[in-house]
Amino acid sequence: MSTGIGARVKRKEDKRFTTGKGKYTDDIRNDNQAYAAFVRSTHAHANIKGIDASAALAMDGVIEVLDGHQLTGDGIGNIICGWAVTSKDGSPMNMGAWSALATSKARYVGDAIAVVIAETQAQARIAAEAVVVDYEELPAIAHVMKAMAEDAPNIHENAPGNLIYDWELGDEALADAGLASATHITTLDLTNNRLSPNPMEPRVAIATYDDAEEHYTLHTTSQNPHVARLLLSAFYQVAPENKLRVIAPDVGGGFGAKIYVYPEEITCLWASMRTNRSIKWTSDRSEAFLTDAHGRDHVTTAKMGFDDNHKIVGFKVDTVANLGAYMSLFSSSVPTYLYATLLSGQYNIQNLHCNVRTYYTNTVPVDAYRGAGRPEATYVMERMMETAARELDMDPAELRRINFIQTFPHQTPMLMAYDAGDFPKILEMAQDAADIAGFAARKTEAAGRGKLRGIGYSTFIEACGLAPSQAAGSLGAGVGLWESAEVRVNPVGSIEILTGSHSHGQGHETTFAQIVADRFDIPIESVSIVHGDTDKVQFGMGTYGSRSAPVGMSAVVKAMDKVEAKVKKIAAHTLEAAEEDIVIEGGQVKVAGTDKAMGWHEVGLAAYIAHNLPEGMEPGLKETAFFDPVNFSFPSGAFICEVEVDPDTGVTEIIKFTAADDFGTIINPMIVEGQVHGGVTQGIGQALLEQVVYDDDGQLLTGSYMDYTMPRAADIPFFDVSHHETPSPNNPLGVKGCGEAGAIGSPPAVINAITDAIGNNNLAMPATPQAVWRAIQATKSVAAE
Amino acid sequence: MTTVNMTVNGKAVSGNIPDNTLLSEFLRENLRLTGTHIGCDTSQCGACVVHINGMPVKSCSTLAVSLDGAEVLTIEGLTKGGKDAELHPMQVAFNDNHGLQCGFCTPGMIMTGIDMVKRYKAEGKDLTSDAIRAELEGNICRCTGYHNIVKSIEDAATKM
Repeated sequence: MSTGIGARVKRKEDKRFTTGKGKYTDDIRNDNQAYAAFVRSTHAHANIKGIDASAALAMDGVIEVLDGHQLTGDGIGNIICGWAVTSKDGSPMNMGAWSALATSKARYVGDAIAVVIAETQAQARIAAEAVVVDYEELPAIAHVMKAMAEDAPNIHENAPGNLIYDWELGDEALADAGLASATHITTLDLTNNRLSPNPMEPRVAIATYDDAEEHYTLHTTSQNPHVARLLLSAFYQVAPENKLRVIAPDVGGGFGAKIYVYPEEITCLWASMRTNRSIKWTSDRSEAFLTDAHGRDHVTTAKMGFDDNHKIVGFKVDTVANLGAYMSLFSSSVPTYLYATLLSGQYNIQNLHCNVRTYYTNTVPVDAYRGAGRPEATYVMERMMETAARELDMDPAELRRINFIQTFPHQTPMLMAYDAGDFPKILEMAQDAADIAGFAARKTEAAGRGKLRGIGYSTFIEACGLAPSQAAGSLGAGVGLWESAEVRVNPVGSIEILTGSHSHGQGHETTFAQIVADRFDIPIESVSIVHGDTDKVQFGMGTYGSRSAPVGMSAVVKAMDKVEAKVKKIAAHTLEAAEEDIVIEGGQVKVAGTDKAMGWHEVGLAAYIAHNLPEGMEPGLKETAFFDPVNFSFPSGAFICEVEVDPDTGVTEIIKFTAADDFGTIINPMIVEGQVHGGVTQGIGQALLEQVVYDDDGQLLTGSYMDYTMPRAADIPFFDVSHHETPSPNNPLGVKGCGEAGAIGSPPAVINAITDAIGNNNLAMPATPQAVWRAIQATKSVAAE
Repeated sequence: MTTVNMTVNGKAVSGNIPDNTLLSEFLRENLRLTGTHIGCDTSQCGACVVHINGMPVKSCSTLAVSLDGAEVLTIEGLTKGGKDAELHPMQVAFNDNHGLQCGFCTPGMIMTGIDMVKRYKAEGKDLTSDAIRAELEGNICRCTGYHNIVKSIEDAATKM
């Protein structure tokens, strides 16, 4: 059976997970282990007048209680946002100070104020309850639309009016002129609901200080251990990079929430040095809800104008985004460069403008969650298209088709140069798979049972493969977004791939091995993947933004190019042939058209024994490459959702969900389909079930799985997933990335379907039974008037 | 502190533990059987499901000292281990059907899946995909969208 590119290879990593032998951070226990528990603000906004730890210090097992004054006194730096967004008046964004342990003021419920170190986890937690914080309560802001009020309390001194930035993209005059020329204008007010990412493994940090070496080791649940080390070293001043090893072992899901360095990792590292103990902190689920960065939380007004031919002639979007109490690492980029840049969607729109204002509130920081900005853009775009089609009394697929971009490359007015795609084709595939032709009959049949059937589309595009470093830098990114790889051919011919990408569910140990087995025509069992340890792997940027395939794998390909060149030189020398006549196939390195050949392993051995290498060649067979993409990649998709609503209860059942995607070249269809299943489910969760709720005082009301509705198996249908491949021209494999598409494309398809079913377009996410029932009643009362 | 004796994965074990020790803590911290995972603190997620005397139980909601004399089976006990040890058909099915991604919920899914197949077989009931979805009410997965978990359990049911 083939194990190369395109094969449904079963995952190499599964055995350890299905037998309980996975090694997650919380499974590690060091000698000399002590435990941390955090004292967290119980108020959303309060001055800290004093901290009394005397009772806690006297309790059994307590080793130390440390606070923010000690932390800053030891020179630990503030937590930063790594992407500088400039307001349209030229002023820099207003980044408020964020200390890992708050010193003078707490700004959200859960803000860390002190840490208790004790011999056991239970002792630490009990003692944390005994630390007395003297609070002076301040009025709090829980909702972003209240942050801009004139009398709103001020959260950060350097952010008057709580404004972080007021930014724009596109040409407002052109958009206004386009709208003025329109014969039909569709207007929508939309809220993109606030979500909690909820990887099933809560965050964990184990910090170990070695006083003899003055060296730190951090085991942590990270999607990008090298970036964590860079931040901890260069910005938070914990230790120089050569004295800090960051290991992210098996990580139980990330979805964005594990990109960032949080106060807990910083504090544990510092406390490890202060106490000379290995310090372990394990988040429980309540702490995860309180402290993991949330996602989405936009409020948007959009206007789209059409001409007589139903072509879009102007599109204007005004968005207010909540960034929470502090600016998290990529928070500024999510509602700007990851959002407004995608507001052209799959459509040819020339007159486009988007304005974004972001504000502080007394809530946990908001940052990238699966899709990050692109789901918000897609929700705006695709709710607009469906609504416009209804207003224009058109087939929603036809309205989309009329406006599709047909030729590539395509430069949008929002910075992006789309590389490849075939939007009509994937829409047609989705329509066939969803049996659009039979929908009318199904609707009638459902009506006979007293049920309301509806169908909704979403045709979307995303920018993945983050990101060309120079372009990202010119837009404010503080880092380059390339990826690295080392291909290490051992003397016996087996191969280790060291990658800066990080797998936390994506199956890299299988897919990365596939591209190597494919290239060198060797058994996949002889290829191993090494990742997640800064001592083993060269600097890398990690996994987020659907970048592991388009950027991470491309680095592997580049390194394999170098290996192949050297292998051919060695074989040509040994076999006394010309380099260009050497081919690699069937586990051999051969002279084409002859029976002269060396085994793959013999070339490896020759490189290391080095008795007979070409003149001047260095021994060894190991190559490193850094791949910096020249452009984003642009996966696109067409999703169709069919629902049935019970008008008596408002309960929505998803009857069928069809996803047709263009991910470019597919390495392993089984894994790609799994990514779509999971992504769409998170999108269905956003559309139907999930919502982070704070009360007006900033208390988190959805702090557990009792209150925050995670999608369960019975909420979710089987999926119909298909693919059409238009390879990306911008990387050697033609891959585009598949991790986020499901979460990006699905919410509007679901809401479009429900609003179609109930005949009321005024429905916000999550469309809970109560919300749907109320929307149905509103329609009835309008009809009765 | 109380002394508790039980059989875990066929081996007699004993511990002198605080009375408030949860079975999940006893397994993970005292026995170092870390395949049983803790994904929440309200007994919703099901990552900690083990079998006690043949019944599936969330080990995070069970006091270890209440289990004196009990037989406990964890994910580690499904196969005897070693290089060529045969895996349980449910473990094989999860690999065959891509029923896991990050793997964190997987031990609980497998332990729940085994119970449901056995129970339906014993009762002579058909384990339909709808029944599997309903039975998974107490197990949360954030990665797979359940599609391939349901397929895995359906597949294993034909082989158990």
